[in-house]
Amino acid sequence: MPSLYPPDSVGLVLPQTVHCAEPLALDCGRILAEYDIVYETYGELNTQRNNAVLICHALSGDHHVAGYHAEDSPTKPGWWDNCIGPGKPIDTCAFFVVCCNNLGGCKGSTGPTAINPDNRKPFGPDFPIVTVKDWVRSQAWLADHLGVAQWAAVIGGSLGGMQAMQWAITFPDRVRHALIIAAAPRLSAQNIAFNEVARQAILSDPDFHHGHYYDFGVVPRRGLMLARMLGHITYLSDEGMRAKFGRELREGKMNFNFNFDIEFQVESYLRHQGHAFVDRFDANTYLLITKTLDYFDPAADFDGDLAAAFHRAKAGFLVVAFTSDWRFAPTRSREIVRALVRAGCAASYAEIPSEFGHDAFLMPIPLYHAVLRGYLARVAREVRADAA
Amino acid sequence: MRPELELISDWIRPGARVLDLGCGDGALLAYLRDHRRVSGYGLEIDDANMLRCIEAGVNVLHADLEAGLADFCDASFDYVIMTQTLQAVRQTEALLDEMLRVGRQGIVTFPNFGFWRFRAQIALRGRMPVGKTLPYQWYDTPNIHLFTLRDFEQLCHAKGIDILQRAVLDHSHRPQLGPKLWPNLLGEIALYRLGRA
Repeated sequence: MPSLYPPDSVGLVLPQTVHCAEPLALDCGRILAEYDIVYETYGELNTQRNNAVLICHALSGDHHVAGYHAEDSPTKPGWWDNCIGPGKPIDTCAFFVVCCNNLGGCKGSTGPTAINPDNRKPFGPDFPIVTVKDWVRSQAWLADHLGVAQWAAVIGGSLGGMQAMQWAITFPDRVRHALIIAAAPRLSAQNIAFNEVARQAILSDPDFHHGHYYDFGVVPRRGLMLARMLGHITYLSDEGMRAKFGRELREGKMNFNFNFDIEFQVESYLRHQGHAFVDRFDANTYLLITKTLDYFDPAADFDGDLAAAFHRAKAGFLVVAFTSDWRFAPTRSREIVRALVRAGCAASYAEIPSEFGHDAFLMPIPLYHAVLRGYLARVAREVRADAA
Repeated sequence: MRPELELISDWIRPGARVLDLGCGDGALLAYLRDHRRVSGYGLEIDDANMLRCIEAGVNVLHADLEAGLADFCDASFDYVIMTQTLQAVRQTEALLDEMLRVGRQGIVTFPNFGFWRFRAQIALRGRMPVGKTLPYQWYDTPNIHLFTLRDFEQLCHAKGIDILQRAVLDHSHRPQLGPKLWPNLLGEIALYRLGRA
């Protein structure tokens, strides 16, 4: 029977859940007594267990990074399927690829929507705000569970790149290579400002009920939708929006209505993105993860000196930025590179011309994918040489 | 391996830390890494060259060296190298200063405009020189500053830059006796190791 899925796809995949009964001491001072992590894997772990690659997801991502779920349509693969699969830049013929839903998420790993064992009700706003370091520690537990002592590579875009950076700093011996894509060493005041507006949209929604909206059988749809619409503006570039939407009116429309209906294509796009997001994401998780972003600052543990943070790292680094990304602009990636060079780390930097803004890290841009492919082919050679 | 790069390799102390400005496809850095245990980075603006460096496992920073070397600390490299690049940059003087700020020593190579064949092309044919080391036409050349050995040494003198070592390659790109005796006339490629007291 011919496969439903393209030959360079990992095909049908099944998420797995693992329960961790080991308490996790969080940066906020609280302790998570036990938790679940949902994850997916593609490819085979070799006998030397040295070919594992961890993919870290960004704000709205999850563990379903490649392949297809049975319940989804065969046109809707994981969020980075264009990059992961047999023969793709992150080649599942060479690597055992792992991606988990982070703690505080809403796709199956323990987070605000999970049931609090203390009172048998959803955690809601009582779920602790976790940090990138907390995530990395929980991912390290998952690595232990999978029998992975050292990742061949930890890879992530945006907030995912921040996790890759933290991995190399927190666990120098457990990361062979860190691929940090469209990220920043910490958020700027402007970044935090955008997050704050997104949070206020959710917090001020009458259906938010101080985060206990589950008890009322409602969700703060308008707030979450606004937050997502705002986010999407920051993910695109001015030139990209101009190319994609221009000032085109919606299909079939010739004249202005002189009211506040959806008239321009860009309005239609944003509202569609907002609506779709509300159906698949949780507002408490959104709030939490924007705080995780705001708090990220690996240099803070080293008197604000990022190079000092990297001094302990042993990984090779690939840093990638996109020219039209203004959320985490190339200048932010170059801050990371400057610190890596000062720390004497092996590092390469690629600045990819693109008009896709921050979203570019998810796009199959030929030069970008060639850079990932070239870098990871070399990682695969190292892994094979080590295994031999 | 270009003879020019082999010569540079001989000048470099094993285990040194180098920065290669305009590193191309990373051939020199790969050679230095494999033969002299040298670590370092290349700066390269061209997309295709940057990609070749990454494929070769050479540390490459995709950046425009015309934007300066402000990201690098004083004396953070043993050598800053610039092969066949000095003639193609706008801020020649500033870049030489930056090289010797960031590196303890600088190594530069460039095509010698005083080479007899180039002189002959202008003198006899009345045309701008085109040849192995200057393969471009006047209208498409990236080389915006053309100069001779004597010009370069005069600039070094004026700027207080010490010439620690010099090698000159002839038309066969070998270091022969001829260019040793009459470098500015018989040398097609010049190599200098520079320092600043």
